[in-house]
Amino acid sequence: MDKTRRASRNLGLMAFIVGLSVLVQVLNPSFLTPENIADLTKNTAILAILALGMMLVIITRGIDLSIGATLALSGMIASQTVAMWKDTHPVVAVLLGTLIGLLCGAAVGGLVSKGKVLPIIASLGLMNVFRGLTFLVSGGKWVSANQMPVSFKAIASSGFLGINTLVWIAVVIFVVGWWFVNWNRVGRQIYAVGSNPDSAQVSGINNDRILLLVYTIMGGLSGLAGVLWVSKFASAQGDTATGFELSVIAACVLGGVSIAGGTGTISGILLGALLLGILNNALPLVNVSPFWQTFIQGTIILVAVLINALVKRRGIRATMQKRKI
Amino acid sequence: MEAKRPFSARRFFLQWEWMLVVLFVLVNVFNSFLSPYYLSPTGLRDVTMTFLDKAFIVLPMVFIIILGDIDISVASIVALSSVVMAMAFGAGLPMPVAIVLCLVVGTACGAFNGWLITRFKELSAVIVTLATMIIFRGIAYMLLENQAAGHFPGWYTFLGWGYVFEVPFMLIVFVVFAVFFAWVLHKTALGRRVYAMGSNPMAARFSGLKVDGIRMLVFTATGFMSGVTALFLTSRMGSTRPNVASGYELEVITMVVLGGISTSGGKGRLIGAVLAVFLLGYLRYGLGLVNVPAQILLIIIGLLLVIAVMMPNVLSRKKLP
Repeated sequence: MDKTRRASRNLGLMAFIVGLSVLVQVLNPSFLTPENIADLTKNTAILAILALGMMLVIITRGIDLSIGATLALSGMIASQTVAMWKDTHPVVAVLLGTLIGLLCGAAVGGLVSKGKVLPIIASLGLMNVFRGLTFLVSGGKWVSANQMPVSFKAIASSGFLGINTLVWIAVVIFVVGWWFVNWNRVGRQIYAVGSNPDSAQVSGINNDRILLLVYTIMGGLSGLAGVLWVSKFASAQGDTATGFELSVIAACVLGGVSIAGGTGTISGILLGALLLGILNNALPLVNVSPFWQTFIQGTIILVAVLINALVKRRGIRATMQKRKI
Repeated sequence: MEAKRPFSARRFFLQWEWMLVVLFVLVNVFNSFLSPYYLSPTGLRDVTMTFLDKAFIVLPMVFIIILGDIDISVASIVALSSVVMAMAFGAGLPMPVAIVLCLVVGTACGAFNGWLITRFKELSAVIVTLATMIIFRGIAYMLLENQAAGHFPGWYTFLGWGYVFEVPFMLIVFVVFAVFFAWVLHKTALGRRVYAMGSNPMAARFSGLKVDGIRMLVFTATGFMSGVTALFLTSRMGSTRPNVASGYELEVITMVVLGGISTSGGKGRLIGAVLAVFLLGYLRYGLGLVNVPAQILLIIIGLLLVIAVMMPNVLSRKKLP
């Protein structure tokens, strides 16, 4: 019952993506060329990686607004490291960024789980702290392309089997994530905590530990994304990725992750991230002013949230009507 | 009715509001040691005009947080109403009409939030105002792109810079609004209903309160006050851009929470938030005098917010057996 509704939702989203692609292709034939598709998937990879982490957070009824700042902080520190020691192996830079992200995420998670601070307040507060730290660490200066060694910039420009490394990283993370939320005990416990915290607690799940875990994973993924981001744009700035958390939340909401907690699928957020990626790629191609993009993105989030709510209402009504009195 | 408890000096002085007063005094003593220029009466008076603009939103935000809700779209409402006002004036409308338009836009945005939240009860205020935050800011960008608009008439600068009998005009307006909001919250039936809804929404609904109407009213009032903030902020800056007031939602929420209003709803007093406004304002002024960079202030505000929220949670847990 619930599964068929979810499947039909994903089918609808897919149909929308196909329709949108056809429309854009008619308006601008350079949309569905191999180069543009490679560009599109590369740009969507970071969004998709973060959406996976955000899904876990939202499933537990939380939200994390600090990820844009975490991304900037770890990207900044990683790029400063490679700028200082030019022969740092790129893998070390990636690990360093991920570690910083894990620490930031654990700070948010600790506040939410041990401090009992509302997720929105905890992450809003730490967003400022991380953003401030990024400015402090950098002294307000950029790390620019010519300061970064070629090996570091190659993270985002290299490929394997003709597919960009960023896309490969996203694929690996999604496969692991799919296994984690569907077949791993801890992964299933995340859903249990989100759909009913009290009964999860009663059935022996340590809710605090699950909360700490999801925010730490989110932080780790943001740290990883920070390194990828900085490598891709070949510059690290104090205001890197400001507001990117909103796009990530949008991808989740579009993908059918319910803000009320307890629901969300890997396939859903993949489609959600893809749709946003296509929009970001296509709007400039069809000559939509960049100043319209914020509005369009906001409207899409709102409409998706409202449609989710209405569909759920209809489902509840249908179940009620089937009930024999 | 609960019988009135006998007055206890200990309980009276252990209130959070007294903590804020003590902190306020400490901040001022600390600041006066930091910089010899701090303790000048005109300086202390004029600095109120640099932080009171966002304080207008703090007042209705107290109501929203007592309800157990949150509104993170306020900064975008400020930007949108400010941009609309500037463009209306630029299009040749007289300034008073543009000012009215600014307040109308603010109120309409707030009402839109309220409508969504009451019409779709299954959605939390977080996600609704998150979406409208992007939308309102997006409309501001659509209207003005990345330009600035301004060239307001001379008398308009009086709002943000003027004095009435040596007292900043902004301060007078703020005190009037603060007294009004405190009166509504603490002395009227509406205020009692807001507390009732915050401490137990279900019970409030079952006892016949018009919960939707009250939430609608509170969110609309927040929109209106965001319009008021836009008026004063634009007057102080002399021109406006679509990215004005970014980060205000964080500062406003920090002030409310620091003022002892609990994010779990139903608790807190308006005077606490007003004290927090002045506490943070003077802290920022003092640190600014000794050239502490803005980024450190960002960190301090973020930490203050988190600590202020966590404190009652940690304290109340200790009391449990």
